[in-house]
Formats: sequence, structure tokens, C-alpha cells
Amino acid sequence: MDPINFVILASILFAIGAAAVLLRRNAIIAFMGVELMLNAANLALVAFSRMHGEIDGQIMAFFVLTVAAAEVVVGLGIIIAVFRARQTISLDEPAELKG
Amino acid sequence: MVNTVMFWIIAALTVIPALSLLFARKAVHVAMSVVLVMVGLAAAYVTLSAPFLGMVQIVVYTGAVMMLFLFVLMLVGVDQREDLKETIKGQRWIGLLAAAGLGAFLVSIIGRVTLPTADTMPSGDPEAVAIALFDRYVLVIEVLGFVLITAAVGALVLTHTPRLRPRKTQLEVQRDRVRVGADPVNKPMPGVYARHNALDVPALDPEGKPIEHSVSRVLEIRHQTQEGAEFRAALEDPSRKEGDR
Repeated sequence: MDPINFVILASILFAIGAAAVLLRRNAIIAFMGVELMLNAANLALVAFSRMHGEIDGQIMAFFVLTVAAAEVVVGLGIIIAVFRARQTISLDEPAELKG
Repeated sequence: MVNTVMFWIIAALTVIPALSLLFARKAVHVAMSVVLVMVGLAAAYVTLSAPFLGMVQIVVYTGAVMMLFLFVLMLVGVDQREDLKETIKGQRWIGLLAAAGLGAFLVSIIGRVTLPTADTMPSGDPEAVAIALFDRYVLVIEVLGFVLITAAVGALVLTHTPRLRPRKTQLEVQRDRVRVGADPVNKPMPGVYARHNALDVPALDPEGKPIEHSVSRVLEIRHQTQEGAEFRAALEDPSRKEGDR
């Protein structure tokens, strides 16, 4: 089976993650959608690495993994800070900056 | 080439739990399903001859990131209701349509291209990864170190709460309690003065009367307490033996 199938799988996962970000109001679930999108991109990178026979795609996926870990830490910190200020993690609540 | 059976197992293991992101009500269920997705992705990496990355995926994602998500879920309370009221009218259908359109677009485009697959497998074992990381990409590794340090400091700053008033001493806590009229001393332990050494039996004061509030409130709500009066009757009536209860 051709490794391009994994790229198709990655695009399906990316679409599911995007739908989660667009549809869910719970900040943590929307954030998990972002994580799923990052991982879909990683899967595509690794599949391309396999198709080219070079290791560079895997290295890029490794870098994405590291940046994603840093991003999770900061994002969850923001969610905690918002929860402390407002007692909610709904994405629609903090609308005070709305014009 | 990749094992076909393996591909379909991985596809089922990733797509089906990922759908819970859209349909599951409880955030904890979503988190556990995403853990499954991450395991499936690790299996995909191993299949695509990247074993080191697969192991890193399991350690970092299922071991660290998703557990961090669970910690935060427990911290903010697992029963945070998701309000279903739409702020923007028709947002749900527009969002679903946009995401489905994106997926259909990507799948149709990628399904049409044919890319040549190299015959040589990339070696994804730790040694090859280390040589690539610390030779060609050593500058990127150093920058990533800065990113991680910044993220750690940022998390500390975001979750730090400065103390606005001085810490209360034990004496002040006690004075506050007396001021609002609470018992200045501890409540009697349940069961201490009773004949039973059990938590569901109220304590008896020196006159032999049961002290109702010595029993935990939780047990009262669950109706798992023993009546104090019933106990006193048993004590006063020597014909009833303790073993009847």
C-alpha cells in the first residue's frame, strides 16, 4: 500500500480537528482539536519522509512535537488564568472586548 | 510499501476516537479518546519506518501532554457544562460545512496525485535521528531550547497569583471563628463517647445526650447515620443487648 494513503488519513484527521475547533465551546476540547491538527501535520511529514527515503521529514515532525509541547503548556496556563478570573472555560464567555 | 492491514487498523484506531472530539459530551471522554488517537499515530510512525519518533510520540503525547490536559480538566472541574446556545446564528452548520469542505477538498486533491515512493527506507532509529539533529539541525535544537525555557517561564507567570494580603496566623483564624459564633473548640469526634467506635454514631455529651452535629454531614445526606436517641434507649434498657443491632 502506498504511503500516500497516510497523507489522506492525515487530512481527514486535520479536518476533524478543525471541526472541533469550530464547533466546540469548551476551551479544553477546542484545544485538543488544535493538538489533533498538529499531529495530522506530523503524520503527513512522516509519510512524506517515508516517500522520499530521507530522514528530514521525521526531524521536522520532531521539531513540531517540541513546539507543540511548549504550546500546550502556555495554552493550558492561559485556560487556568481565564478560569481563575471568570470561573468558566467556555469560549463564548470572554466577549468583553467585542466592539 | 506499507502493510495494508496495518494501515486499516491504524486508520480505524485514529479516525473513530477522533470523532469523539465532535460528538462526546464529557471532556474526560474526549481526552481519553485523544490518547487513543495518539497511540494510533505512534503505530503509524513505526509503520512508516520512524520507530524513534513513534516512541517519542507515546512518551510526549500520551504520557505528558494528554495527562496535562487531564490535570487541567480536574482542576477546572469535570462538570463544566458546555452551553449549547449559539452566539452566532447558524454557527454550528457553517462550521461543520467548512470543516467537511476542507476535508473533502484535501482528500480529493491528494487522492488525485501520484508521487513516486523511494525504494530506500529512511532509517529512523535513534542513531540516525541523533546524527541528523546534532549535525545539520544543531542550531534549530538550540533555538528549541529557548522556546522550551520561555514556555516554562510563561506557564509559571500565567499561573502565579501574587498574595494580596498577609498570611493569617493561627491566632487570627481562631479569633475570626469565635467572632462569627462558631464553636471555639473542635467538634466532638463521633463515636468517642458512645458505646460504638463508629463514625455513624453521634457522640454523647457528659449528660448522655447525643450531639447530632458530631456526625459527618455527608453521612447525613446519604441517610447512613444512627439515631442518637435510639442508642440512648438501648443504653437505658438493660434487657436489650448490644449484639441486637
